[in-house]
Amino acid sequence: MTGADLLESVAKLFGPKLHAKTEFRGETTYGIASTDLREIAKLCRDDLSFDYLIDITSIDNFGVDPRFEIVYELYSMTLAVHLRLKMKIGEDETPDTVSDIWPTANWHEREIYDMMGIKFKGHPDLRRILMWDGYPFFPLRKEFPLEGLPSEMPDVAFTKSAPLEGGPFVTQPSTAITKFREPRARPPEL
Amino acid sequence: MAEERSTAYDSKIEGNVIFTRLDAAFNWVRKNSLWPMPMGLACCAIELMATAASRFDIARFGAEVMRFSPRQCDVMIVAGTVTYKMALAVKRIYEQMPDPKWVIAMGACASTGGMYRSYAVLQGIDQLLPVDVYISGCPPRPEALLAGLMKLQEKISCEKSFVAQKPELTRKLAGVNT
Repeated sequence: MTGADLLESVAKLFGPKLHAKTEFRGETTYGIASTDLREIAKLCRDDLSFDYLIDITSIDNFGVDPRFEIVYELYSMTLAVHLRLKMKIGEDETPDTVSDIWPTANWHEREIYDMMGIKFKGHPDLRRILMWDGYPFFPLRKEFPLEGLPSEMPDVAFTKSAPLEGGPFVTQPSTAITKFREPRARPPEL
Repeated sequence: MAEERSTAYDSKIEGNVIFTRLDAAFNWVRKNSLWPMPMGLACCAIELMATAASRFDIARFGAEVMRFSPRQCDVMIVAGTVTYKMALAVKRIYEQMPDPKWVIAMGACASTGGMYRSYAVLQGIDQLLPVDVYISGCPPRPEALLAGLMKLQEKISCEKSFVAQKPELTRKLAGVNT
């Protein structure tokens, strides 16, 4: 079996459950429904040799319904084939976990929960992983400001906001040269 | 020592007796054996290690004894990005250090948050600890850290350490003298 055969059998096996196929530089992407996720994941691992889950990421399409999108990057170690599955979910939906199918998904799903606030149904240990337990925000959501929001958790941690305006490392949208577009220091009058 | 002056010369006791001020003696001892607490949090810690290694050799300034227990340390070198998750831990380690103690903020991140102007990074360790010396650079070269250490030594040699250490005794002595 070659890599092309494998991708063909993916299309054959799941048929109508896959939609919106795109190909880019030899990598195939399919959209799937969140209800089909576990079935597709299990068959991908067991029958289609996608034994390696490289990463799970999430996208916040703020203002679009459904709001979130979760991307699964699968890889077949034996045939060296990539497969990307994209799954749209709404704000109140709780997608199924795949942490029992690929154990590595455990921490990836924790990270998505931490940064985006998406809860995974059936996850054995859905705690925050980067921020501390009790931090009230989900920082990678689009409505969360880059500068952060103040929070306070006595004896554990606190945060303050760090405004960007006028400070270093700000890019101004213009056609001017870098020196003017990205002032590296606060102007002296501030 | 800068403060040392020649006193009545006596060849019999020469070499055995030194006249100095108490502060100067204290400070001389302190500044030449600073035991650092290596608070290495990011890439600055690599430069800190390079400073301690043979090429730059921080031992020339008496600060080679990196201690991993805060109870044995004099100067905390905050080397790297202090995230909010780590911030209170850094403060707690600082509080476990015995007095007198000093803090060096090494690099842009420890001094100001550096390029991490974000929700996760403390914008300068000076929001939590009293910083004595800031070192610029991202990360600073080992020479810069050594220069910072020498600045700290200068600062220590100007301190009124006896008064700071024994305030009651100093007051009492002053009362007796007047």
